[in-house]
Amino acid sequence: MADQALKRYKPFTKAEMAALVASDIPEGWHVNLGIGLPTLVADHLPKDREIILHSENGILGMGPVSSRGNADPWIVNAGKQNVSLVPGASLFHHADSFAMIRGGHIDLCILGAFEIADNGDLANWTTSSDDRTPAVGGAMDLAAGAKNVWVMTAHVTKDGAPKLVGECQYPLTAKAAVTRIYSDLAVIDITERGFVVRTMVAGMSPQQLQDITGAPLHFPR
Amino acid sequence: MIDKQVSDLESALAGIKDGASVMVGGFGAVGQPNALIEGLGDLGVRNLTVIANNAGFEAEIGLGKLIGKGVVGKIICSFPRGSSSFDRRYQNGEIELEVVPQGTLAERIRAAGAGIAAFYTPTAVGTKLAEGKETRLIAGKTHVLEYALSADVALIQAWHSDRWGNLTYRGSGRNFNPIMAMAARLTIAQVGTILPLGAIDPDDVITPGIFVDRVLCVPDGDPPLAGTAETANG
Repeated sequence: MADQALKRYKPFTKAEMAALVASDIPEGWHVNLGIGLPTLVADHLPKDREIILHSENGILGMGPVSSRGNADPWIVNAGKQNVSLVPGASLFHHADSFAMIRGGHIDLCILGAFEIADNGDLANWTTSSDDRTPAVGGAMDLAAGAKNVWVMTAHVTKDGAPKLVGECQYPLTAKAAVTRIYSDLAVIDITERGFVVRTMVAGMSPQQLQDITGAPLHFPR
Repeated sequence: MIDKQVSDLESALAGIKDGASVMVGGFGAVGQPNALIEGLGDLGVRNLTVIANNAGFEAEIGLGKLIGKGVVGKIICSFPRGSSSFDRRYQNGEIELEVVPQGTLAERIRAAGAGIAAFYTPTAVGTKLAEGKETRLIAGKTHVLEYALSADVALIQAWHSDRWGNLTYRGSGRNFNPIMAMAARLTIAQVGTILPLGAIDPDDVITPGIFVDRVLCVPDGDPPLAGTAETANG
């Protein structure tokens, strides 16, 4: 890792990452936001586009997380927070909800990640060093079923190790699933060539980004 | 006259035996039949296999409390995290765990209710949750074979019912309840209100009474509030 003093770049904040993702979602898409960082994307969706949020526990047309005063206790999102519904929302059972996912009707899901390989392999549900109870939830269904799978993640682990790698070491969630990564340092497409950098934070050099990435980066001219 | 109403927990849960497999509806606190779960814990039956999305949250109510009593020998679920009573027993080797992707769990339950023995799904291909399972290349894509999942009993929660067992749901309380109602040999519904026959508009029935065996009215009000914008840590 480069010495902090030598860095001339500042990572994207979580809000900046969420805004970047939101600005790339086209009008009319049906989108599932994973728990954690991806949830923030809901706050940044462009007001002039109709984008319909899906929650795997049976909601299309999910609105913002409720404030305490007007929460409906009968409506929760996948993270078990009370949420609102937008006009035009619909409710359904779990088998229908995952038919939407597995059946290729959901245009996009945005997930967090432990590791992403440059062939699109995703590891985001359990780590071998993690002695907590293994819990997968809907991650494998979403990664295998959504038409587009984007990941939001810090570029490196808390210890500075690359999360973008040549091969995932942690147990896989899905093979060849991820098509785009929004890290706190760059936006990277996964193509047949591997990682292709679309954009980076200001002040960062390609070599600096490569130094903290575990697989070759390609920079389109 | 068909009348599926029962007047108390004892008659609602009559016949559940040691070793029974029990589906439990709900996602978070919403749609979780807490009164029935509580009653099941008081029956004195043991070595149950529970099929649910989670392994409970609060140690003092619902599934968390049932697991804490030591009467559950195995749980089949997608997301067991967040349950202190489960964690303790799992780490002590006192409860067996089968983790199933959430959509595969839902479809295995749906398939059982619909008379489909097994199905091929792309979910979990190439992961350790597909290890040892039959795979097949269909239309150029690898799929894994998953078997239908039925149960002896389903404990579900709904909103309105009538004496025929027709059910409506409220909000996101539908979740696993309608498919579990179809997949069990004995389906017991906890509902907030029982209306006269004909009072539920046929257009509004989500679970037709054919899938329901017993209905217990438990006017227990709203589920507890979950996290809100003020309490979110995201």
